[in-house]
Amino acid sequence: MSTMTGILASYEYLDSTVDAIENLRKAGFKNVKAYAPYPEHHIEHALGYDQSPVRVFTLVGALTGTAAGFGFTSWTSVDWPLVVGGKPIISIPAFVPIAFEMTVLFGALATVIGLFILSKIPNVKPAVVYDPEFTAGRYGVYVEAEGARLEEARKIMNAEEPVEMREGAVDA
Amino acid sequence: MAVGTTERGALTHPDVHRLDDVNRDVLKMLSTPGKGWWALFGMCLAGVGLFLGAWFYQIYRGIGVSGLMSPVGWGVYITTFVFWVGIAHSGTLISAILFLFRAPWRQSIYRAAEAMTVFAVMTAGLFPLIHVGRVWHAYWLIPYPNSRFLWPNFKSPLVWDVFAVTTYFTVSAVFFYLGTIPDVAAARDRATGLRRKLYSIISLGWQGTDQQWHHFGKAYIFLAALATPLVLSVHSVVSWDFAMSIVPGWHATIFAPYFVAGAIFSGVAMVITLTVPLRKVFGLEAYLTIKHFDAMAKLCLFTSLIVFYAYLSEFFLAWYSGEEIERSAFWNRLFGTYWWATWTMLVCNGFVPVMLWFKRVRHSIPALFVISIFVNIGMWFERYVIVVTSLHHEYEPFAWGIYRPSIVEMSIMVGSFFWFGFWFLLFTRLLPPIAIQELKEVLPPPMRKKKSDAEAHA
Repeated sequence: MSTMTGILASYEYLDSTVDAIENLRKAGFKNVKAYAPYPEHHIEHALGYDQSPVRVFTLVGALTGTAAGFGFTSWTSVDWPLVVGGKPIISIPAFVPIAFEMTVLFGALATVIGLFILSKIPNVKPAVVYDPEFTAGRYGVYVEAEGARLEEARKIMNAEEPVEMREGAVDA
Repeated sequence: MAVGTTERGALTHPDVHRLDDVNRDVLKMLSTPGKGWWALFGMCLAGVGLFLGAWFYQIYRGIGVSGLMSPVGWGVYITTFVFWVGIAHSGTLISAILFLFRAPWRQSIYRAAEAMTVFAVMTAGLFPLIHVGRVWHAYWLIPYPNSRFLWPNFKSPLVWDVFAVTTYFTVSAVFFYLGTIPDVAAARDRATGLRRKLYSIISLGWQGTDQQWHHFGKAYIFLAALATPLVLSVHSVVSWDFAMSIVPGWHATIFAPYFVAGAIFSGVAMVITLTVPLRKVFGLEAYLTIKHFDAMAKLCLFTSLIVFYAYLSEFFLAWYSGEEIERSAFWNRLFGTYWWATWTMLVCNGFVPVMLWFKRVRHSIPALFVISIFVNIGMWFERYVIVVTSLHHEYEPFAWGIYRPSIVEMSIMVGSFFWFGFWFLLFTRLLPPIAIQELKEVLPPPMRKKKSDAEAHA
């Protein structure tokens, strides 16, 4: 049933976690996953993270909002042309506040959608490889491996004195 | 990177040592409420009853039950609308602007401040609906394809306001919700029964994986960057509702910055008003330290100076313009029928905050609480002065008139505070009122070896 096995180790200390991740990556393990109770840039750094693609969502959303703001106000003004306050039918300066608000609205919503897609939430599947302590004070490292590689990973993770080690099979 | 991670947190939270202490201390706030909470909650429910009762009465009898009448068509409702929008602003200031500036004192207060923002905008948003009287036509504000092919007038500041306030509500609610996801996950992992189910749904299966944190951090920065100009724009647009007209006392170019400063001033005062009891009741002295209150007091003092400067420049410009009607409007503010409102505003917003220059006052929680109440009152009166004294005394003497708020208007205004309190009380018991994950971020991380920060990630 399970396609891949792996080991989950929980650590009490940040430096042990970072060392474990780095040593695993040095040993050539590709699927290393970390858990932390808060965003820790040392862990991100150890995993070699680059820019997050969330920014593309933000930019596209915001620009769509600007275009929609100007587009909609201009189109409705032309749809029923009515001179108000002696201003031109399409008076761009008056539409700036609307276009601005739409920029922010669309940008913010697109950012959230991007975040949800990229970080795979909402996640309704019950977590197999998880420890409730990860939202309290512990860090976790999970690595996928099989056979001899599994033993190798276990040795590397054990060297950093984990609080607990668990073999987990992910049915995915 | 040069800053040692081992030292972080030592400055802002010297009495919090371990990461899971934060969980323990914050999540215990979500336990079964005591008698005091129920008493307050009951009081708020009664107040909400007053609020809804008065509103339904007005819907049933018509807008005539308010004191609104020519020439004063905007009264307590618009005053209270501007007041609540203003209150909302400092929440976003603390959660977004201070986040971008990396102010080290925001972590403990920002969740409460952000909740305040969401509930304040929710409250504010009701007032235009109350004010228009025929609330069943409120959807006319929204551009939708109707059978007459009519669209709202997008050149009108009132329509801008609809967009500004609804965007502000949406974005601040999303921002607030996003920030709570990891904390609700922490609550989920420690809850049982119905609460566990509820928190599982709210936290969307958050696990705190590296991937999630990575995107979360970036998304949060972008949302903060979007919320920052948004918050400045919202109160500017609110101020243009006034400044774009030609009413003496409203038609001023300084209105936008003046309103934004006033909004932050009143909002910070409200944060103090709310966090002082929160700290006391839940014993959060280790999280909300004197340093936090000192920083808020300084922000309050700074914005008070801007606001007071704006008052003085308004009076000065009225005099310096040499314009008869403008002069008369401002003379009327100080010495006319509504002199008491103007002087309440000047004393509460200009003179009382002067005490914040003294460190002893800034470090005294009771003193800060009292001052914050004065500011709240003063800022409500500021809006009352702007709205009412300007309208009741315009150009032609035969069109002058006196406005007296009716009992219905006052009930709705007072009731709105209970409506706000109702939501805030629910919040303190259902969601972690202090940002767990952000606090952990500034605490010294647990280290096995006494290694420096640089080595740890080398």
